[in-house]
Amino acid sequence: MPGAIYAEGLVKTFGDVKALDGVDLDVPEGTVLGLLGPNGAGKTTTVRCLTTLLRPDRGRALVAGIDVLKDPVRVRRSIGLSGQFAAVDEYLTGRENLQMVGRLYQMKAGPAKARAAELLERFDLAEAADRPTKTYSGGMRRRLDLAAALVVSPPVMFMDEPTTGLDPRNRQLLWEVIKQLVSGGTTLLLTTQYLEEADHLAHDIAVVDHGRVIARGTSDQLKARTGGERVEVVVHERDAMATAAEVLRGFGKGDTTVEDHTRKLTVPVTGGAKLLAEVIRELDGRGIEIDDIGLRRPTLDDVFLSLTGHAAETADDESDKETAS
Amino acid sequence: MSGMSMVSDSLVIARRNLIRMTRIPEMVLFGVIQPVMFVVLFTYVFGGSMSVGGSTDPDVYKNFLMAGIFAQTVTFATAGSAAGIADDMQKGLVDRFRSLPMARGAVLTGRTVADLVQTCITLTVLAIVALIVGWRTGSAEPTNAGRVLGAFGLLLLLGYAFTWIGALIGLSVRTPEAATSGGIIWLFPVTFISNAFVDASQMTPWLRHIAEWNPFSATVQACRELFGNPGVVQSDAWPMQHPVWASLIWSVLIVGVFRTLAVRKYRAADG
Ligand SMILES: Nc1ncnc2c1ncn2[C@@H]1O[C@H](COP(=O)(O)OP(=O)(O)OP(=O)(O)O)[C@@H](O)[C@H]1O
Ligand SMILES: [Mg+2]
Repeated sequence: MPGAIYAEGLVKTFGDVKALDGVDLDVPEGTVLGLLGPNGAGKTTTVRCLTTLLRPDRGRALVAGIDVLKDPVRVRRSIGLSGQFAAVDEYLTGRENLQMVGRLYQMKAGPAKARAAELLERFDLAEAADRPTKTYSGGMRRRLDLAAALVVSPPVMFMDEPTTGLDPRNRQLLWEVIKQLVSGGTTLLLTTQYLEEADHLAHDIAVVDHGRVIARGTSDQLKARTGGERVEVVVHERDAMATAAEVLRGFGKGDTTVEDHTRKLTVPVTGGAKLLAEVIRELDGRGIEIDDIGLRRPTLDDVFLSLTGHAAETADDESDKETAS
Repeated sequence: MSGMSMVSDSLVIARRNLIRMTRIPEMVLFGVIQPVMFVVLFTYVFGGSMSVGGSTDPDVYKNFLMAGIFAQTVTFATAGSAAGIADDMQKGLVDRFRSLPMARGAVLTGRTVADLVQTCITLTVLAIVALIVGWRTGSAEPTNAGRVLGAFGLLLLLGYAFTWIGALIGLSVRTPEAATSGGIIWLFPVTFISNAFVDASQMTPWLRHIAEWNPFSATVQACRELFGNPGVVQSDAWPMQHPVWASLIWSVLIVGVFRTLAVRKYRAADG
């Protein structure tokens, strides 16, 4: 039984750019899938295919059990979408925008009005509700766009970089909203550049690069794939590095890496804090002065780096990104 | 998708576009000023030098001219709908709409309906200005209120039909700026190679032929006939002999063809 969002072999080409090259996804009902990937990986294109905005060249997709290609109209009744770039009418007020969306989800005027008021409150926009959104800040517009995606509490939601451009408080607010939604049974596909966000919200993570899913699993599984714990030492004297390396080799479960210019040595280990204490004692015993030492677990950043060969870029500069239209 | 939701969704979108108009009143204002300027310029600059049916009386030209200006004005609504739709595409609003369970043609229908309201406003102001500069119905042939209203009906229908051409243009270009020029440049040959500003019977035969079959000319001729204004040409061309019918048929045909094309283009997911 396929999940609430299911995709099989999605291919989409724009001219000679292969945006999607066989994307497979399966998101069980009531869970969050974090779609992670560098700029241009195909995240937005995937979302657009699943939300009926784009017809894939090849492949099959089901959303809420409905075939996206065969019955797009029914799919639209079951989804909420907040795209990468806020899509609100700048000359309408926040309230008018939400009411309009409610009406277009076929709600009656009364309920649409009540729902708009409720969402404005929830997204901390009540004060600005009756101003044209042209006067909103970027973050406010973003929040309004997210509110628009939630108007009918659809069973399946898509959010393309929902927290890009939000300040920490509003990011927190959105995370709370998302957790509430999911505990109420909503299935969510979320793309993000913030690994911390995926770590925090997503049950499962799919890493995309060059239009393919190159890894998937829980955040712990992905981290484990990248390797376990490591001890990292920064020694005070450059001269002490050779001795320190020798010590670490004795404890390590793999190759020791040495960074000359930062005087940093890293070695994979097993044994946790107890082992760390032993390492410290041994280094101390040999009279090596330590600037910094610690046990490091891999972060999703490490996962990203090792899988895609480049670090996740922070997405604060929207201007140089392609407008996917 | 039921017919009900087509109507109600279109009204929701029309309402949204009308609210936008109230927030950008200068758009409505410019839409009115431009044809008013045409009325004044044509009346006072060309007035004495144009001959209509052998007469160079400025009053005759004035009464001849108005049907042409009215018709040209309603067709210029094309640019507005083209720009509006291109803007919605560019701002990502069309993506939002396309992801909603709304009737397929409603975004475009709502836009054209709102443009029709703007055309009504423009036409009303224009008619008042025309009366002020001396335009009179029944100046050449007797007429009545019903016929005059009928003429305005044909004008509105023509304007509505042309906004569907605008919708298709708006969906086909990349920016609102391109849509504005793309919505208007082709209207110059269409409205000038016609009977709108000059007596078509004085044109060279091949040009005259084009002018007489120009959909736009049919409405102009029909309005002159219904207004009781001078310049109704006698011709062998069917649209000139039955201008009211020709105007109706042309407008309905344009709506039919361009609505189909535009809605199809809107639906094509790869917009
Ligand atoms: N409409 C389009 N026309 C041409 N190329 C496109 C179009 N949309 C996307 N692409 C290309 O497809 C590839 C994938 O783009 P997509 O927007 O899906 O990436 P993304 O993972 O969302 O990136 P980002 O993190 O920058 O948002 C890119 O190379 C992009 O240039
Ligand atoms: Mg993207």
